[in-house]
Amino acid sequence: MDNLAETTSLSRLFALSGQAGDRHCRPVTGGARFSLRVPQASLGAAGEALGLDLTGPINRAVSAGQRTALRLGPDEWLLLLAETDAATVAASLSQRLTDGLYSLADISHRQTGIALEGVAVTDILNGGCPLDFDPAAFPVGMATRTIFFKAEIVLWRQDLTRFHMEVWRSFAPYVWSLLANVGCEYAD
Amino acid sequence: MTQSYRLSAGGRIDRTRTLTFSFDGKLYLGHPGDTLASALLANGVHLVGRSFKYHRPRGILTAGGEEPNALVGVGRDDAHFTPNLRATQVELYDGLTSESQNRAPSLERDYGAINDVFWRFFPAGFYYKTFMWPRKAWTKFFEPRIREMAGLGRSPQTPDAARYAQRFAHCDVLVVGAGPAGLAAALAAAKTGARVILCDEQSEAGGSLLAEPDAQIDGLPAAEWLKTALAQFVAYPQVKLLTRTTAFGYFPHNMIGLAQALTDHEGERNDAQPRGRLWQVRAKRVVIAAGAIERPLVFPDNDRPGIMLAEAARLYLERYGVLPGRRALIFTAHDGAYRTALALQRAGCAIAGIVDLRPNAGGPWVAAAQKAGLAIYPASTIATTDGRLRITGATVKPIAGGSGQRLSCDTLLMSGGFTPSVHLFSQSRGKLVFDATLDAFLPGAPAEACSVAGSAAGVAALAEVMASGAEAGAEAAGGSAFSYQVTNAPEAQGGFIGAVPYHGDPGSVRAFLDYQNDVTAKDIALAMREGMKSVEHVKRFTTNGMATDQGKLSNMNALGIMSPVLGKPVPAIGTTTFRMPYTPVPFGYFAGYARGELFDPERHTAIHGWAEAQGAVFEDVSLWKRARYFPRGSEDMHKAVARECRAVRNGVGIFDASTLGKIEVVGPDAAEFLNRMYINAWTKLQPGKLRYGILLREDGFVIDDGVIGRITDTRFHVTTTTGGAARVLTMMEDYLQTEFPELNVWLTSTTEQYAVIAVQGPMARKVVAPLITGADISAEALPHMSMVECKIAGVPARLFRVSFTGELGFEINVPADYGRAVWEALMASGKPYDITPYGTETMHVLRAEKGYIIVGQETDGTVTPDDVGYAGMIGKAKPDFVGKRALARKAFAEQTNRKQLVGLLTDDPALVLDEGAHIVADPAQPKPMTMLGHITSSYWSETLGRSVALALLRDGRARTGEQLYVPLATGNARVSVVAPVFYDPEGTRLNG
Amino acid sequence: MLLIPCPYCGNRPEIEFAYGGEAHVVRAADPRKEDDAAWTEFLYFRKNPRGDHAERWRHAFGCGRFFNVKRNTYTDHIEASYRIGEMLP
Ligand SMILES: [Zn+2]
Repeated sequence: MDNLAETTSLSRLFALSGQAGDRHCRPVTGGARFSLRVPQASLGAAGEALGLDLTGPINRAVSAGQRTALRLGPDEWLLLLAETDAATVAASLSQRLTDGLYSLADISHRQTGIALEGVAVTDILNGGCPLDFDPAAFPVGMATRTIFFKAEIVLWRQDLTRFHMEVWRSFAPYVWSLLANVGCEYAD
Repeated sequence: MTQSYRLSAGGRIDRTRTLTFSFDGKLYLGHPGDTLASALLANGVHLVGRSFKYHRPRGILTAGGEEPNALVGVGRDDAHFTPNLRATQVELYDGLTSESQNRAPSLERDYGAINDVFWRFFPAGFYYKTFMWPRKAWTKFFEPRIREMAGLGRSPQTPDAARYAQRFAHCDVLVVGAGPAGLAAALAAAKTGARVILCDEQSEAGGSLLAEPDAQIDGLPAAEWLKTALAQFVAYPQVKLLTRTTAFGYFPHNMIGLAQALTDHEGERNDAQPRGRLWQVRAKRVVIAAGAIERPLVFPDNDRPGIMLAEAARLYLERYGVLPGRRALIFTAHDGAYRTALALQRAGCAIAGIVDLRPNAGGPWVAAAQKAGLAIYPASTIATTDGRLRITGATVKPIAGGSGQRLSCDTLLMSGGFTPSVHLFSQSRGKLVFDATLDAFLPGAPAEACSVAGSAAGVAALAEVMASGAEAGAEAAGGSAFSYQVTNAPEAQGGFIGAVPYHGDPGSVRAFLDYQNDVTAKDIALAMREGMKSVEHVKRFTTNGMATDQGKLSNMNALGIMSPVLGKPVPAIGTTTFRMPYTPVPFGYFAGYARGELFDPERHTAIHGWAEAQGAVFEDVSLWKRARYFPRGSEDMHKAVARECRAVRNGVGIFDASTLGKIEVVGPDAAEFLNRMYINAWTKLQPGKLRYGILLREDGFVIDDGVIGRITDTRFHVTTTTGGAARVLTMMEDYLQTEFPELNVWLTSTTEQYAVIAVQGPMARKVVAPLITGADISAEALPHMSMVECKIAGVPARLFRVSFTGELGFEINVPADYGRAVWEALMASGKPYDITPYGTETMHVLRAEKGYIIVGQETDGTVTPDDVGYAGMIGKAKPDFVGKRALARKAFAEQTNRKQLVGLLTDDPALVLDEGAHIVADPAQPKPMTMLGHITSSYWSETLGRSVALALLRDGRARTGEQLYVPLATGNARVSVVAPVFYDPEGTRLNG
Repeated sequence: MLLIPCPYCGNRPEIEFAYGGEAHVVRAADPRKEDDAAWTEFLYFRKNPRGDHAERWRHAFGCGRFFNVKRNTYTDHIEASYRIGEMLP
């Protein structure tokens, strides 16, 4: 696992580098991401290695410090980490899960983040995302893979009016344009 | 320019402001609150269109979305033009420009009206008979003529300037229709705290209450009660009221499509704001309160301008302060028309008489008409009407027979009663039940979580309408209904379906059912004579109900005509199924944001910006933009590709391969999983080694290929074709989850994690090596088909020693955010060797020279590994892999003469064959020729100084050395069959 | 647009899903033991009924899981959804 994102002499050029934020959206750059797959039997051990409780329900986020795990499937987590934490996390998982019954894949550069904030955000998202954002249906702390127009996204509700979106890098400009396009229909 | 039919007071229009609009180039005046139809009527204009088939002059018939005649084109210019709008639904604004349709050169003088003179030659079903013979006449005469005549309105020729918005929404209760039933339903639901969406197609909520001067609700005049009801919604933030919003479609699982017009009424609109919004609403419960539609009566010449539905006339009077004429004749089978007569009389319009089909009509409205001294003709019918561009009179006759009496009039107002609007309910696949007392189909057992309230459910009296709405709303939201006190709103009763009895030769009269498609009562009779027994057959034979109004006015009357002829009651005949959209929706609503560059995602690699700056020419590969070639100066593609090929063969080239699909396969059973998926054997592949893999479908045909690297015992880096990335991952997940769940292996797409830079050519190592730390990449340490994890330019990399060109080559996988920087570092490192960026076209030529296949080019879903000469890659010892059992079937094993991959060389070295061209043994054989195969790839090979081609050829490998022919547009090319490797067949260059 | 009950995520809109064809078409554990007719049946023949149908869906833009649904192809009513390996209820 030498391939982890780590500090180098070169700086990262993100899919949305150079895009100015607007009143609803802002590119979130940097950070490390892993796709973590853990079978039921290893949940406890993996959670201990990460310092995160992985036994919570599907489509929910758990965070501790700068580490966040979004449970996207029954055995799938998207780990959002500080770039400098990536190697540590990989090492502690491999030390703890000696039977190798898990998978950790570096996807730090596969996708990029977009922060969305404002009372109109759920209206804007509903321009292209078919989910119900009523707090009863999509409460704070919920995180799920879904679709925004023709792009796959991951959406994490951090607060009633604040979301974090993850999108594959080559789809990011498309998603960004649509957010701006829909966003101009809403005042705040 | 005078609004001579406008009353000085009354209605919901704003007389303090005057709007100017044009219709067919003439200027007229109207007021805010008008529709185009009401404003035209205020100016005395009834003639607004020509009918579709006979080009008969037609007037405004209705006041709503069911309008079949008054179809207009609206828009200031072609980019803002919408055809086929119903004038009854077009809100007036200052400067509105509109035109009539289906006429040339003008409404008053229309050449197409010749069809009306020869109408006997255009009976129902004439399409199926008249144009059958002679055969040639179809393309030369009939089709062009029909095309000219067919279609409604004109299509704009310029792109639509408008923006369109879309929106997903969710609610507990969606109420369709904001008339009294819908309002009561929405209020009852809102009181429970439910999320409610209430939509109505009109510009303001209220429905029939907008033209209700008499009734009192809870002690308030209806219009006042409406104000208080709407004010109550403000207190409920969970309620969304959408006006100008048509519920056009009911889709499975309570998904309702709404089309909301946003700016059409605002005049010359600002194109930056969306013109309309398409809503996809998922409702837990739906209450359909869509009202009812008045039926015309079917009598001879019932289509002259000036003939209108009675309730529509009353609506124009009460809501817009407009008289339909000065002297009105009423023809009815329903009490509602008496109410119209009384209201018109009060407003100063003379009533020529009320002709009632019923012998003993009674009830409060009839009594009031008698009291007002109106002339009533019971048990009577109308035998004919007169007037060319406007009705001038009608002949009234007793149904029992006897002499007729001509009554003059300038408008004839008819009512056959009301048909409940069950369209949405029917779209939801709810069952319709015929009610014999109402002569109407009513909603029966629902198929979705919905209910129907108000006149859409066949309820007539206002008190009952509101009660049924309140009940439906309360039930939908789990609350309790509350009652309304309604006074001074007596029920109007009656109704008639079918053709009215008239006297005279049925063959010589035309009594229209379907105004839009010009279907007459006689056409229905003809259809049945010709053997059409089912309502669906009659519909298609006559086109009744097939126009854009979907027979909203005509379906019940058609059934009424069929019933006695077939000797079957209406429910035994059945009714046709309603389809979405309820009323037409402009295409832009469905396109939404997906136009121009937002139509599809356009995927760019991390290196795209660099290629763009270099002037690369791009091509589309699935959703990706890939650099096809990098022209220098005035080079065309041919010259650029030739130069790029030379550079790779003689020096070094650099290529962006980032779009290749990548899948990280991780887990203790990773090798076993790949054993089961790919034809190759993976168990013995050592970490640090690469192998070219072939993936089949279960039916044995090649579906994908790619180089697979073993990073560690339990981790593989799988590559796929660019277009196959998502498909292969889905296929792998499918097998893993459903067939091999016992395997401990997990799959992650890493396509976008890595930028992939191919450095290819004899000088490749000299370019790459200086940037590498942490690995020895010498030929000995890193031979062909091996890999190492290292750093390049300080960035972590998976360095593959691999070649798709036949030269010494590397494919360097680096985290994508560093891709461009590493590319630029390689360009700098390669400068002394004149490193040359090359594109997909050069890549294709180089690999074709080596006979490397492209899945999707050399394969087409019917090609096995053996067909392309790769049978040797099959892991022989493996008990199973996807596609293995299919290949072992007798049908495959015994098949000879399969198409196999070969090389072809043309006699003329300069001739580049057409890809897709067929191969034959003898070009002189009679047609159709026996085709032996086809060209899959064909290029000019700069390296070899001649053309080369790959082909799939029947029994191809056995034909090596044969001479065959490829018929081309330019003549027959003779070709020799050779092995499919043209360059360096020993592969020595790979090991450089 | 259907509302599909994912056994892992609950009701989600159809556009998040990919259809996967008829359910319970079992790939034999050892295909070598299957005769040609049986394998052809497995490869190509499907029921395609008008009415109740056990079919596969994948929550492609969601949890990524394949699962089975019992849907009436005429009414679109979904009676049940259940995980791979579970029996048709
Ligand atoms: Zn799911």
